[in-house]
Amino acid sequence: MRRAVAVGAWAMLAGAILAPLAIAAGSPWLAGRDPVYIIAGFAGIAALALLLAQPLLAAGYLPGLHPVQARRWHRMVGGGILLGVTVHVGGLYLTSPPDTLDALLLVSPTPFSVYGVIGLWSVVLTALLVAARSRMGLRPAIWRIVHNALAVVVVISSVVHALMIEGTMGAWSKALLCALVLAATAIAILHLRIVGPLLKKR
Amino acid sequence: MTILPTTRRALLVGAGATLVVPRLVVPAQAASAFAPTETMRGGSNNYRPDAPLVDDLGTGFLMYGTVLKAGTGEPLPNTRIQIWAATPRGGEREPSNHGSVLTAADGTYRLEMAQIVPNFGQAHGHLAYDDAAFRTVFLRPVMDSASDTTLEANFILAPA
Repeated sequence: MRRAVAVGAWAMLAGAILAPLAIAAGSPWLAGRDPVYIIAGFAGIAALALLLAQPLLAAGYLPGLHPVQARRWHRMVGGGILLGVTVHVGGLYLTSPPDTLDALLLVSPTPFSVYGVIGLWSVVLTALLVAARSRMGLRPAIWRIVHNALAVVVVISSVVHALMIEGTMGAWSKALLCALVLAATAIAILHLRIVGPLLKKR
Repeated sequence: MTILPTTRRALLVGAGATLVVPRLVVPAQAASAFAPTETMRGGSNNYRPDAPLVDDLGTGFLMYGTVLKAGTGEPLPNTRIQIWAATPRGGEREPSNHGSVLTAADGTYRLEMAQIVPNFGQAHGHLAYDDAAFRTVFLRPVMDSASDTTLEANFILAPA
């Protein structure tokens, strides 16, 4: 029974991540796109989908994972998100340098690109925060608050960015994925940083 | 005065590095009497100067509009408008997505082309007036819906 629940939970996570990618792969708008543009788009979708795994791993919600394993996966998935964002922005630059530079320099006519840029720099800052963790000498509690604050910015900016874009993602699968990412992030942070500590204090 | 795209971007960057520049959303027909149309932000992106005159750029979609003279509002015939957009044929840099048309005696132009598809998150076209007689203008009209099959873009040109 326990095993069935675990398999079900992992299957749901895999489905939530893979279904939006599969639906986007059927988009009619892919027809006129260069391979580099297609790869850039899918790297963005993959990075968004991986955001769902992060709070679940951080809070230990995924069954059958030892906390040490979950921590290791959390770090690897974080690397995956950084890679996804890098390929996304790099591929968009190769596809249309002026449009991408306009976005990066905050002079783009598209209202959603500013959220993408906020997400990009928040992901980069998160990577620096992780890389410099031992050297910075921050107290663990403070480090976690900074990490979580950046994570909230990454999640909200990515969701707004994705929802405003008219791209290859299916409307419903995109909305559902975004709702799941927001819910998982909110629940994990409330649980780990607010409800958990309060219960411990009593 | 011709504003080169790179110059314009550099200028905006200089001005907007820290503060967010307000969006340059300009109604196609300004309220005051035939005020010149302003270049839209991002309008010149992926511009290829001197696109060849074409009969069409495919079928199924119509780009159209009117070209008037600033101040007087008189129609400008025989004026070259350059058009490009992302379509199923390829992206905005695909040569077969670039073409020019001339306005008719009443200042109107029209170009049948392949369906415009969303590019960089928005379904939009690009148009340029970039010849000697008037000031250069780049437009980037956005479609209300990606399933629209027409797009209107009007120019009011000021003497160079």
